[in-house]
Amino acid sequence: MIGGLFIYNHKGEVLISRVYRDDIGRNAVDAFRVNVIHARQQVRSPVTNIARTSFFHVKRSNIWLAAVTKQNVNAAMVFEFLYKMCDVMTAYFGKISEENIKNNFVLIYELLDEILDFGYPQNSETGALKTFITQQGIKSQHHTKEEQSQITSQVTGQIGWRREGIKYRRNELFLDVLESVNLLMSPQGQVLSAHVSGRVVMKSYLSGMPECKFGMNDKIVIDKQGKGGTTDDSGKSELGGSGKQSIAIDDCTFHQCVRLSKFDSERSISFIPPDGEYELMRYRTTKDIILPFRVIPLVREVGRTKLEVKVVIKSNFKPSLLAQKIEVRIPTPLNTSGVQVICMKGKAKYKASENAIVWKIKRMAGMKESQISAEIELLPTNDKKKWARPPISMNFEVPFAPSGLKVRYLKVFEPKLNYSDHDVIKWVRYIGRSGIYETRC
Amino acid sequence: MPAVSKGDGMRGLAVFISDIRNCKSKEAEIKRINKELANIRSKFKGDKALDGYSKKKYVCKLLFIFLLGHDIDFGHMEAVNLLSSNKYTEKQIGYLFISVLVNSNSELIRLINNAIKNDLSSRNPTFMCLALHCIANVGSREMAEAFAGEIPRILVAGDTMDSVKQSAALCLLRLYKTSPDLVLMGEWTSRVVHLLNDQHMGVVTAAISLITCLSQKNPDEFKTCVSLAVSRLSRIVSSASTDLQDYTYYFVPAPWLSCKLLRLLQCYPPPEDGAVKGRLVECLETILNKAQEPPKSKKVQHSNAKNAILFEAISLIIHYDSEPNLLVRACNQLGQFLQHRETNLRYLALESMCTLASSEFSHEAVKTHIETVINALKTERDVSVRQRAADLLYAMCDRSNAKQIVAEMLSYLETADYSIREEMVLKVAILAEKYAVDYSWYVDTILNLIRIAGDYVSEEVWYRVIQIVINRDDVQGYAAKTVFEALQAPACHENMVKVGGYILGEFGNLIAGDPRSSPLVQFNLLHSKFHLCSVPTRALLLSAYIKFINLFPETKSTIQEVLRSDSQIRNSDVELQQRAVEYLKLSSIASTDVLATVLEEMPPFPERESSILAKLKKKKGPGAVSVNELEEGKREGGELNGGGERGDNSAISTPSPSADLLGLRTGPPVTAAAPSAGSLLVDVFSEADLEPPTESSDSLLAEGPGDSDATPGCPCMFVCLTHTHTLLSLALRFVCKNNGVLFENQLLQIGIKSEYRQNLGRMYLFYGNKTSVQFITFTTTLNVQSKPVEPLIEGGAQVQQVINIECLTDFSDAPLLNIKFRYGGALQNLTLKLPVTINKFFQPTEMASHDFFQRWKQLSLPQQEAQKIFKANHAMDTEVLKAKLLGLGMALLENVDPNPENFVCAGVIQTKAQQVGSLLRLEPNAQAQMYRLTVRSSKDTVSKRLCELLAEQF
Repeated sequence: MIGGLFIYNHKGEVLISRVYRDDIGRNAVDAFRVNVIHARQQVRSPVTNIARTSFFHVKRSNIWLAAVTKQNVNAAMVFEFLYKMCDVMTAYFGKISEENIKNNFVLIYELLDEILDFGYPQNSETGALKTFITQQGIKSQHHTKEEQSQITSQVTGQIGWRREGIKYRRNELFLDVLESVNLLMSPQGQVLSAHVSGRVVMKSYLSGMPECKFGMNDKIVIDKQGKGGTTDDSGKSELGGSGKQSIAIDDCTFHQCVRLSKFDSERSISFIPPDGEYELMRYRTTKDIILPFRVIPLVREVGRTKLEVKVVIKSNFKPSLLAQKIEVRIPTPLNTSGVQVICMKGKAKYKASENAIVWKIKRMAGMKESQISAEIELLPTNDKKKWARPPISMNFEVPFAPSGLKVRYLKVFEPKLNYSDHDVIKWVRYIGRSGIYETRC
Repeated sequence: MPAVSKGDGMRGLAVFISDIRNCKSKEAEIKRINKELANIRSKFKGDKALDGYSKKKYVCKLLFIFLLGHDIDFGHMEAVNLLSSNKYTEKQIGYLFISVLVNSNSELIRLINNAIKNDLSSRNPTFMCLALHCIANVGSREMAEAFAGEIPRILVAGDTMDSVKQSAALCLLRLYKTSPDLVLMGEWTSRVVHLLNDQHMGVVTAAISLITCLSQKNPDEFKTCVSLAVSRLSRIVSSASTDLQDYTYYFVPAPWLSCKLLRLLQCYPPPEDGAVKGRLVECLETILNKAQEPPKSKKVQHSNAKNAILFEAISLIIHYDSEPNLLVRACNQLGQFLQHRETNLRYLALESMCTLASSEFSHEAVKTHIETVINALKTERDVSVRQRAADLLYAMCDRSNAKQIVAEMLSYLETADYSIREEMVLKVAILAEKYAVDYSWYVDTILNLIRIAGDYVSEEVWYRVIQIVINRDDVQGYAAKTVFEALQAPACHENMVKVGGYILGEFGNLIAGDPRSSPLVQFNLLHSKFHLCSVPTRALLLSAYIKFINLFPETKSTIQEVLRSDSQIRNSDVELQQRAVEYLKLSSIASTDVLATVLEEMPPFPERESSILAKLKKKKGPGAVSVNELEEGKREGGELNGGGERGDNSAISTPSPSADLLGLRTGPPVTAAAPSAGSLLVDVFSEADLEPPTESSDSLLAEGPGDSDATPGCPCMFVCLTHTHTLLSLALRFVCKNNGVLFENQLLQIGIKSEYRQNLGRMYLFYGNKTSVQFITFTTTLNVQSKPVEPLIEGGAQVQQVINIECLTDFSDAPLLNIKFRYGGALQNLTLKLPVTINKFFQPTEMASHDFFQRWKQLSLPQQEAQKIFKANHAMDTEVLKAKLLGLGMALLENVDPNPENFVCAGVIQTKAQQVGSLLRLEPNAQAQMYRLTVRSSKDTVSKRLCELLAEQF
């Protein structure tokens, strides 16, 4: 289990140091600084082994979070915990920065005491934590002794993520399907690898202890239900423009509120939601991905001192939809001495500090194409090394799910209170973003 | 340096550096650097001309980025351009960039060399200096090739500025060190020497470093520097501390220069010119006097500088080793340092004294400090100083103080550091042996040594004790008694058991008269240690037991019982088991007479270099103890132990003093094949009918002392004919090998061992008496001069004769050796051909294929060639042939003959009169079992003789 947890700033100074077990000595702090933060070569592995001690680190902007252990722990669990820890801190004081961490160090120690006990992760649900860790302007909703005693039973009870007696005048819920699409494509347009990792994030403002049921176009469910199940949501299939009915999910994980036994037996997702915002599920698909953009590169070397680059991007979705925040990054050789760019749409600029031409387009409708051409002047060098030609990468945001996932229903039942499924206002939103979206040139 | 003009501050560079320093993360730094690199690239693009200032600034930034650890692959051209600028700062940055970044195989090197050449030929001293520094910093071979001729000219030119001369001298030194073959000596060398007279002290200092380095290679060319150095030194030494102004360091005038001068003088013998020598002695005296003066400053720099000169002067005095007065004074001065507060000074004093002790003049003076040194050994905190103290004690030891020093070292040994214990043990052992007045003291000392530091006593030490005890009759009884007493201690070291086992086994009878050490008591004492020992010691003890059976028949049953016990006769160790079985059988089967013969007392060992000394030498590595000291030790050792009549033998170092000093594993020296080259040759000639009589396969014969003649002598009829015919063919056996048995019959065995070097050779003849009866009036006559051999050969003993051979001119007949002796009244007469053949004086010559054929063609006169076609006598085995040809002494040339079956050799025969180059070609024909041998040499007789000799070999 985790023996200790350290937070460093960019210089390697320790901001937070919490040791849970005796097998982690004081020198572990320095070992990580010397061997990872100040290492001569950049350390790329998130797990480092120094003197039989394992360091798991994640970096948030300039801040390093490192979990230390001498045991053979489940690395995935440690990283899950570290990410959760980041989420908790963000929920409490916003952006994780040196300034914020210094200002909230008492809070952070209190959190660390709560979410990690002798190195074993505990309840890290922000909503639950906020009920009893009340530093920094988060007021406790429970003032009486009686209410405070309820916290214990709630947190340790069967439904630790939701307290009883919540009341809203308007019962409302928001459902966001957030996906990031990753791609590596050959210059000839052949897909070398592609996958989508998505999350379903829910924000619920529901009274009482509602029982929810979530349905989507999961292939297994659709096939099981047969034709009868698909009739009621056939109208929604215009999203994304593909005619397919169901998607194959490779793997998925759920929030602790989802009843896994029911998912295993009936593949239905039923749960009592926490109050406020949380992540209902995470999933990954690799088949039948809708690639929102196609990048067609054309690179020509003219002699030793000149390079001509032409890049065409084509949007590949329904014309009625608009992609946003499009950014194409075209790497330039290391001996670039000057760049001239011409583009029809958006703005393009040569960024010397990143060795790339960055082309930005604010908005672009589906089934359109746009192109950029650049002339790169090169300085002749005495090095015989050839330019490695890194891939052209792209960033964008589209208002549909590239995996093809669709929400079929989200039903809410609250037997005790007098509101029904129809009274709940439901909002569904799809956002597809680029992950690592690269085309070789 | 010209004043920095306005705008040379390079603000852009300062901003860039401060930006980098302010970067919060590595990524930010890389971003900033990328941006800067892009900027510089766009500036260097070439479409617009850059002014010198910005070029310098950008080159400087590139240099900075490179030093941060990023690759720079452009900007070299701009840096080279900067070299041609007329501004100092721009030129300087250009040179800086090139010294740091340009690797020697760059294609720009030609351009750079050109720019350097321009600067060297300019009149501007700062530019010349910059160029010289760049050459020295890069120091590549190309640069050396381009400028090795130019720099000496600058160095000795009359109009060169002092600072440039200084740089040129150091630059030349650097080039000389990296590629000495390119710096050619010329007429400049004599003028370099005269730089010692230069007004400018800096020039002198730089020049001296150069001269010291150069003179080590060609001392003769720089001989004149001695007198100049002496006069320079005397001027410095006699100057007041204020005279030299800039070159006075904490009141010491020019300390570095003085040290360098003194070191230069150490490269040469003392000056022959009386005046120069007088002046030098005066200088040295002044230096010694100054050391006595009260310090002018309390600062440590002052005393350091002063002592540096003093120590350098003392090493010079030691180097000359001819001024008794100075040596004694130096010794006294060092004596003062022995108790100095500074550890470093104490260390240096001890170290210098070590060398002083070896000089005959100062040896006595060094000895006066013995108490201080012993004290240092005991009380010094620093282990390295203690080590030096031990070295010094070893060096100052002689007959008069040996007992004291050995006693002190022994007592120190008990507390000594583990790291120096083994060395101390060796030293004690050597001193005890070297200066032993009576051998009982020696035996006491060594046994004490084993008692105190048994773990650190190496094999060689106890081998040596036994060697000495066996060779000296007078000490044997005492040794047996002492060993017996030492073994009575409840816990004694295994080495002690080894010595005890060996000595009691040999000489136990000498103390058996005393009831307290009766044979049975002795045996029980030894056997009580048996089970605590390792396998080799147990094996030795078993041999001691069988010797006991011979010495004391009354112990026979007890010992046989022991040997018969399961733990011996069924021991899992093969060696122990074999010994037990063999000894048991031997003791039960053989008659007492046979036993007495087989288990006779060990014969005295032939003298060789003390193996302990060899070991110490190996341990110390070269130069730790002065070599002549060791040599002296060797001589004395030989004199003491060797028995006067064979003193000359011991002075000859045996080719490889094998660690196996007692010959525990090999047979007696006559039959033992020569350790290195012999083994292969023995195999080659193993088909020979002269089988060496004792092979080490039989452990009994190999191990037992005194069984050199244990060959089961077959009682055959005794025929003593003149073996001339067979003997001649025997001599031919030695054409291709140097060691082996020359002759053997039932009486006498003659072993031979020879070594050759150029036209000189030395041959050792070992005459072994195989009978148990004396040979009397043993004489050998050689038709060439030889040393006389001992007239008496004891039964079972062997004597050695040394013959020195010099090849005056080429010859064909081997010298004859006539041996006469009386055996039981009958006069025996033998005539042998000594196996000295012309090919022994070959020096192998390696040459390439075309060289060989060129020379082959040159020797094309008909009389220069000798050819023979003959039938093979032995099987045609390539490896055997190769071994034989190598044994011939020529170099076997691979890949020369187009036919790989053929053998080709080349060599030069060294005679005093001339050298005869010879080439050989051997063409075997496997089908016909024939050989064709062709020999070509510059002398016809040689070709013929070689051809004859070799034809018999294959």
